[in-house]
Formats: sequence, structure tokens, C-alpha cells
Amino acid sequence: MAVTRSLLPWLALGLALIVAPFFVYPVFLMKVLCFALFACAFNLLLGYVGLLSFGHAAFFGFAAYVSAHALKVWELGPLQAVALGTLTAGVLGLGFGWLAIRRQGIYFAMVTLALAQMIYFLCLQAAFTHGEDGIQAVPRPPVFGLIDVSDPGRLYWLVLALTVLGFLVIARAIHSPFGQVLTAIRENEPRAISLGYDVDRYKLVAFVLSAALAGFAGAIKVMVFQLASLTDVHWHMSGEVVLMTLIGGVGTLAGPLVGAAVVVGIQNVFASFGAWVTIIQGVIFVACVLLFRRGIMGEIAAWRQRKPPDAPGE
Amino acid sequence: MSDLLGVPLPVLWGQVLIGLINGSFYAVLSLGLALIFGLLNIINFTHGAFYMLGAFVSWWLLRILGIGYWPALILAPLAVGLFGIVLERLLLKPLYKLDHLYGLLLTFGLALILEGALRQGYGVSGLPYAIPPSLQGAWNLGFMFLPVYRGWVVLASAVVCLVVWLLIEKTRAGAVMRAATENPTLVKAFGINVPLLVTATYGLGAALAAFAGVLAAPIYSVNPLMGSNLIIVVFAVVVIGGMGSILGAVLTGFALGVIEGLTKVVYPEASATVVFVIMALVLLVKPAGLFGRTR
Repeated sequence: MAVTRSLLPWLALGLALIVAPFFVYPVFLMKVLCFALFACAFNLLLGYVGLLSFGHAAFFGFAAYVSAHALKVWELGPLQAVALGTLTAGVLGLGFGWLAIRRQGIYFAMVTLALAQMIYFLCLQAAFTHGEDGIQAVPRPPVFGLIDVSDPGRLYWLVLALTVLGFLVIARAIHSPFGQVLTAIRENEPRAISLGYDVDRYKLVAFVLSAALAGFAGAIKVMVFQLASLTDVHWHMSGEVVLMTLIGGVGTLAGPLVGAAVVVGIQNVFASFGAWVTIIQGVIFVACVLLFRRGIMGEIAAWRQRKPPDAPGE
Repeated sequence: MSDLLGVPLPVLWGQVLIGLINGSFYAVLSLGLALIFGLLNIINFTHGAFYMLGAFVSWWLLRILGIGYWPALILAPLAVGLFGIVLERLLLKPLYKLDHLYGLLLTFGLALILEGALRQGYGVSGLPYAIPPSLQGAWNLGFMFLPVYRGWVVLASAVVCLVVWLLIEKTRAGAVMRAATENPTLVKAFGINVPLLVTATYGLGAALAAFAGVLAAPIYSVNPLMGSNLIIVVFAVVVIGGMGSILGAVLTGFALGVIEGLTKVVYPEASATVVFVIMALVLLVKPAGLFGRTR
């Protein structure tokens, strides 16, 4: 009974996503889906292992470039291109993670940020990324040469299927014994070590998984916007995904979805006001940190449980 | 005679000089970051914005009040330092008992606000700030021409770093500060106002960043985004140097600037990434950084 009740909101969300394109502009929906998946991938690290990566744009953006190149130059199919982007991000994540988990806390954040900046300069200078122009007019070939996804209305179903797949992978990982160990590491690392867990290995696997899924999101984004550009790899993108997770609620399964919808919504509303988008994002950041650290979903959960408010993650 | 490994010497010296100048900014900025980190345990993401504000304040002083470079060198750091103190008192203070990550996120949000506000007001094209007349021209050193202003930047940065280092290592105030980073509770028990010390340190760090900004204004154009890309390099410098050490921050800053300059001569494409490559290598060998203690 409890299981069905907890599944109910998810079923409602699924239903809403199925009818949504008949009411809302599909490109906007797909943008929300991509960033929601990106934020979920990021949250897997911050929310469940307690590692703040400030370099996730590298995985998102580099996978976007690889998929765009695969679609445009190598003329691969959509699924093959997405798979290639995901794989590349995973390999990149293995390298970054291996280096970054040597340091903890704020150092970890700084190391991931600096490593991501390496990828930014690589993308700025490499020939295949076309520097400032990015890879534009990326084609949308049919899936397996059969299913036409060239217009946004049809593409939506592919994007929805892929993001749901990604989300299920994350949900499965979190609710597995592996996820339990990750939570144990977040709560008390020395204890996890003393219990005999190879903490660094768990952290690394989580990092690679998170990086690959961030790349998965980036590759899907290329299909939606038919564009891979420097914006995707810039460190502001890393900040944006932190913001989405923070607004929605760190360490909640649904939080990043809500956060992504809010941030993408704000960007759309204020798109014509120039730098105001940045200012508003900054204000929300400050407000989240000072006033509601649990985020929207975290506050809702706390309100429903009627617990006295206390600060998370001390 | 006139070239080394196929590189003409004047070109080589020119790049070393540019590297030293960049290194001066890295050193002054990472020094401030290290100070703030030592006492507040916060990675001050707003540091790049303070640097940018320093340049903007000196530009405003000239443009609006007609106050020139030399007074600005004092006034801009003072103004930005005071601004930093206000931010610390109002916003950072409530976060000290929480995870350090919240401090990083808050200062990141502040940086977005400051950058966004100035970009909204001034765009991204950059505003010119003339080199003061007393520092124009160039010295002939025999092997190269040294623009006076560039020499001054390196000298001023080195002197400021030395003064701050002496302040921390040789004075009583510095001793108290070092003690407070080790054990704030004990220092408090001796009747020392630790919160005030923390606030003052944050102000000093902000002022140092602004000082670098004023020095930078005549070299680079005054631009809302001038701090945001620099700060990432400074973070890498700090990781390489090791956060425990003031000296590490300064020496690594200068050294990496020069290495970056030399890379530009040998293999220009790598000059923007060389700092990060070195960071990766240092992490492999010494995860605590070159001068750092393991925490």
C-alpha cells in the first residue's frame, strides 16, 4: 500500500508529461527534460555521496560536442550518437574522478572546476568544435533509419523516452545496495571505511555514473537544439546545475526535476532582459543558501512530516 | 646570441614579463583567498568579483569624481574592503556553523549578482583606463624594453605580498590570526574578539583583490567579466600551492604566471591550460599541494 502511494505522484507526473506537448511548446518541455536529467545526474553525487562537483559542465558539454560531431560528420543515427556521447563523458569522468577524489570537500569542488576548465579550453581550440561558432545545424536523422524524429513534436517522444530511461537508471542506483553504501559514505565516511567498504572505489563509480548521465543529458540536448556550443562547457553551466539541484532540493529524487523546471522557466521569462537572468539566478542562489537550504521538494517533505526545521548536511 | 632554442630573446623576455605580470595578479588574489580560507574556511567565489569591482571603482573615481590613479590605489581597496565587511556581517556569518559548501555556494551567488549587475549597466565590451602619466614610457634594459607600468605592477604586487606576509608572520596581530585558524575557541578564551578578526580578514582579502583590480585596470580593459575567468586559474593556483601556506600561495602564483608565459613561446595553444595540467600532475604526486599540509 505504501509503495503504491509513493508511486502515485510519479504516475501523475508521467501522465502529465504524456499530455503536456499538446498544451506546452515541445521545445521548452524538452529543454526542461534535458536539464532535469543533467541535474539528477549531478544530484546523484551531491545528494547521495555528498560530493560537490563544480565541473559537471565538462561532461554535459563535451558529450554534446561528441554527439553533434557524430551526427553531423560521421552521420551516425541518433541513438548511436547519444551512446557515443555518454560513453565519452563516462571515460572523461573516470579520469576526473580518479584525480578529484584525492581531495575532499571544497578542494574537491575546486579541483573539478579547474579540470573542467581544461575541457573548456580544449573545446575552444580543438578543430572539430569550431571554436566560438560551435557545431551548428546538427541533423536529426531517423532512429535506426526508420523512425522519423525531424520535427519537435515527434522528437519529444524520443527525448521523453531517453530521459525517463536515464531517470530510471538513477532511481535504480539510489535504491540499490550500492546506493545505500553511497548514503553511508555521505553520512559518515570514517564509519563506512571502518565497515570495510572501499570508499574511494564507491566514490569513483558514483562519479563515473554521474558523469556518464550528465553526458547523456548533453547528448540529448544536441538533438533538441541541433547545436553544441561553448555555453555548454562553460563553468557557468556547472553553476546552473548546482542552482537547479539546490532550488529543487539536494538529495531528493524529484528535487532536480522541479529545480530544472523553475530555472529553465525563469530563463525563458527573462530571456529578453539581458543580464537580469544572471542577477536573478544569483539572488535565488543567495536566498536558497540563507533561507531554504532544503529546496522546494525538501521543504515540502519536511512540512508534510511536520518536523522541526533544522539545517541539512552539517 | 640573440635567440634561445630558436626563440628570439626579446620575445622570450617579453613573455617572461607578461608571465610575471599575470603571476602578480595570481599571487595577490591567491594570497587573499588563502587568508580568507584560513580563518573562515570558505572558498571565496566572490574574489573574482572583488577584483573586477576594484577596477570598476577606480574607473568610477576617475570618471565621476575626477580622482586619479594614485588615490584610487588606496581608495578602491578601502571601498571594496568595506563592502566585503558588510557582506561578511550580513550574509556569511549565519553560515559558519554549516557545511563549508554553503559558503562556496553563497559567494558564487554573490559573484553572479555583482557580475550581472555590472554587465547590465556596462555591457561586456570593456572600458579603457589610461596609464597614469608618471608611469608611462619604457626603460631600456639593454636586452629588452620594459614598459614602466608593467615593471611597477610586478614591483607593487611583490611589495604588497611581502608586507602581508610580514604582517602575518612577524606581528602580534598576525600571531593571533594564525592562532585563531588553528583553534578559534581557545583564542576566544584568551579574550580575543574572534568574530571581529574574521570580519577584518574578509575585508583585507577583499581589499587585496581590489588592489589587484586597480593594478589591472590600465593593462586590461575594465570589464564585468574580467574576474570570472581569472578566478578559476587562481583556484588552480591555490590547489597547487596548498591552502595551508601563505608563502605557497604567493610563490606558486608568480611561478605559474611565468610558466604560462614561457608556454606561450614554446607551444601557444597550451598556454591557457598549462596551469590546469600542472594542477593535475601535482595532485597525482602531492595531493595536499606543494606547500600544503594535509587536512
